[in-house]
Amino acid sequence: MVRILMYGWEFPPYSSGGLGTACYGLTRSLSRKGAAITFVLPYYPGTSDFLDIVSANITFKRVNSPLSPYLSSARYRLLRGGAAAPAIYGESLFDEVYRYAEEAKRIAAETEFDIIHCHDWMTFMAGIFSKHIKRKPLVVHIHSTEFDRTGGNGVNQHIYDIERRGMEEADRVIAVSNYTKGMIMRHYGIPEWKISVVHNAVEPKSPSLPSPLQRKKIVLFLGRITLQKGPDYFLYAAKKVLEHDPDVLFLIAGKGDMEHFIIEKSAELGISRNVLFTGFLKGEELEKAYRMASLYVMPSVSEPFGITALEAIQSGTPILISRQSGVSEVIAHALKADFWDVNDLANKILAVLRYRALPAVMREHASQEITKFNWDSPAQKCMDIYRELTGR
Amino acid sequence: MVSVCFYFQVHQPWRIRHYPIFDIGHDHSYFDDSKNREVMQKVAGKCYLPANQAILDLIHQHDGKFKASYSITGIALDQFEAYAPEVLDSFRALAKTGCVEFLNETYHHSLSFLSSRDEFKEQVALHRKKIQRLFGQSPKVFRNTELVFNNELAHTVEKMGYKGILAEGADHILGWRSPNFLYRPKTTSTIKLLLKNYRLSDDIAFRFSERSWKEWPLTAEKFTSWVNAINGNGNVLNLFMDYETFGEHQWESTGIFDFIRALPHFIRQHPDNDFITPSEAIRRYPAVGDLDIHHPMSWADIERDTSAWLGNRMQQEAFRHLFQMEKDVKTAGDPALLEDWRKLQTSDHLYYMCTKWFADGDVHKYFNPYGSPYDGFINFFNVLNDLQHRIREKQRFVSSPPGAAVVGSA
Repeated sequence: MVRILMYGWEFPPYSSGGLGTACYGLTRSLSRKGAAITFVLPYYPGTSDFLDIVSANITFKRVNSPLSPYLSSARYRLLRGGAAAPAIYGESLFDEVYRYAEEAKRIAAETEFDIIHCHDWMTFMAGIFSKHIKRKPLVVHIHSTEFDRTGGNGVNQHIYDIERRGMEEADRVIAVSNYTKGMIMRHYGIPEWKISVVHNAVEPKSPSLPSPLQRKKIVLFLGRITLQKGPDYFLYAAKKVLEHDPDVLFLIAGKGDMEHFIIEKSAELGISRNVLFTGFLKGEELEKAYRMASLYVMPSVSEPFGITALEAIQSGTPILISRQSGVSEVIAHALKADFWDVNDLANKILAVLRYRALPAVMREHASQEITKFNWDSPAQKCMDIYRELTGR
Repeated sequence: MVSVCFYFQVHQPWRIRHYPIFDIGHDHSYFDDSKNREVMQKVAGKCYLPANQAILDLIHQHDGKFKASYSITGIALDQFEAYAPEVLDSFRALAKTGCVEFLNETYHHSLSFLSSRDEFKEQVALHRKKIQRLFGQSPKVFRNTELVFNNELAHTVEKMGYKGILAEGADHILGWRSPNFLYRPKTTSTIKLLLKNYRLSDDIAFRFSERSWKEWPLTAEKFTSWVNAINGNGNVLNLFMDYETFGEHQWESTGIFDFIRALPHFIRQHPDNDFITPSEAIRRYPAVGDLDIHHPMSWADIERDTSAWLGNRMQQEAFRHLFQMEKDVKTAGDPALLEDWRKLQTSDHLYYMCTKWFADGDVHKYFNPYGSPYDGFINFFNVLNDLQHRIREKQRFVSSPPGAAVVGSA
């Protein structure tokens, strides 16, 4: 039985993005395969009840630190096109990362494990320290890079350095898509042989019926309102769509540093009446948002994977996704566009709203296709990697 | 006696340009001229010209004992005229040998038979005229788009005066019977049915360069031994395939041209073998039995049905909307509108929307200019909407008082 010391930074229900969802799905399937996992998380008050029922094979350890996953993006001051790139990340964030790493040393020293598995840059220092103390192989799992989060515009050197060092010190780098693998090779100089692609998945769910609200024409954006997710392109496409069909509602679900910009922009474009902001959604509300939408649009500027696209399909909603995404590699029954091609986005949105056969056929095939996805196969790929690196 | 009957299908669609929804009502040019020119000139160089030369050489080498037949769609002929007139000349040279038969089909490579009998007949007549004008032949044998066939088609085509018709030798209609005989479709009295021997045809068209195939490499000698094996239990071996097999689907480097150049020699070594055109086959051999085919079948995919073009709701909607316009298009009295409507009937446009096996990535992809069936559908439906818009414009023009119409058009 392989024993994994895993460093993460978010876990449901206290997660705000795909990373937590992915960690949850992956660890559950790993434990079903007999792996014993010690999962180290930043401390959140009140998480214990939920975490303890996940699995008997998973032990959670908490570092007393207020690290929160998208803290970085919450501090974005950089709007698209803005020339000045002020200090995006406060000093305190790095202090927290190093404090987490110091705590990790203590945990690594007192824990028995065969391999270390880290999820994204904030845990990489912890992983590196643990590797040095116990001389065990290190796997770093790249769910997103600094280039994705900033769109390549105003990359934070400190974060880049940590990411790069983590990948260099790692015995294996896991990329969530070929798209991300390319990124890692191009921007971090990591050799191809060291990278394994393990696509994300979703927990199987019984298909839901379309909501009665679906008769309205609703187009959904769901994700953090940050540069990476392309909410501005969503808005420009909305403007274009509304010129041809004034009867469409555009729902923006999520929070983020571009929120005010987007609200102001929609007023400036004269489309505020048709653009609704729901704030951050989870649980039933999230499900409802997917179900009432005629189309889910993910216009990400750079999306390592994009689990929300799979969730939308599970809710019976057709999807239009950016070609600059990992999920577009694995889903055939989707509309795809370049995020910057506002005309193409609008063309496809209008087609879904007008030509009823299109969403009907997409829904039918995508709901078939989605059944191929579950966390068993990514977990198996990780198990194979562990075996290769540890010999057990 | 085994008579080998070659029929080659020659076709190129008018590919549609990227046509966004915003162009509806503003821009009535639908086709991608530069793409169509590029494809036509590429295929002419790789396939049509060298293949026609090979066939012409074979006819001369074998003193007119090598024969072949072609069905060339009207829109392929139009594109030869526009982009590669030398290809047309080379087909004319073949026609002059007297060893080549040209078949009749729908001008626009359409599935019109499945929706409108009138449109079907008009397109067949158009094609017939074109063949007469270009090659000086009046076709006696009919082949329908994608070899779509059923009793009803045979009945219709017989009444139109044809002596023979081509179809797929599908297992589900033949059962224990052999495709190597002529048959009579139920509900007809004189017309004869030639069935494709899909095993031997596909050995050339699909498997020729397949290295994992146990018969690879396929030589003319080996293929001839399979042909000879038919002797005694078959009259005609129908080898039906896309002409683009030569040099386009099977690249020259696979040896496909060497294969076809060598084949007649080996076939004719057996004294009981010869080459034959469909019309000769019909004159020489009797129909050995009736075949009763209700549901339309075709030569596509393992299903051998129409699901590659009409299998999903997008395809069905596109097809339905297209033919709903027929009456309006025809009463509009606008030749350009009519021609555009017909170019949209080409089955390829429906094929691009096929979702069968799409997620697995397969053969369908190679022939698809779109990244996905959904993109194909959107583009087609946008164009269809513009066509509808043009019809409405025409109707408004026609129904307005004459004076007003003049003012409006000035």
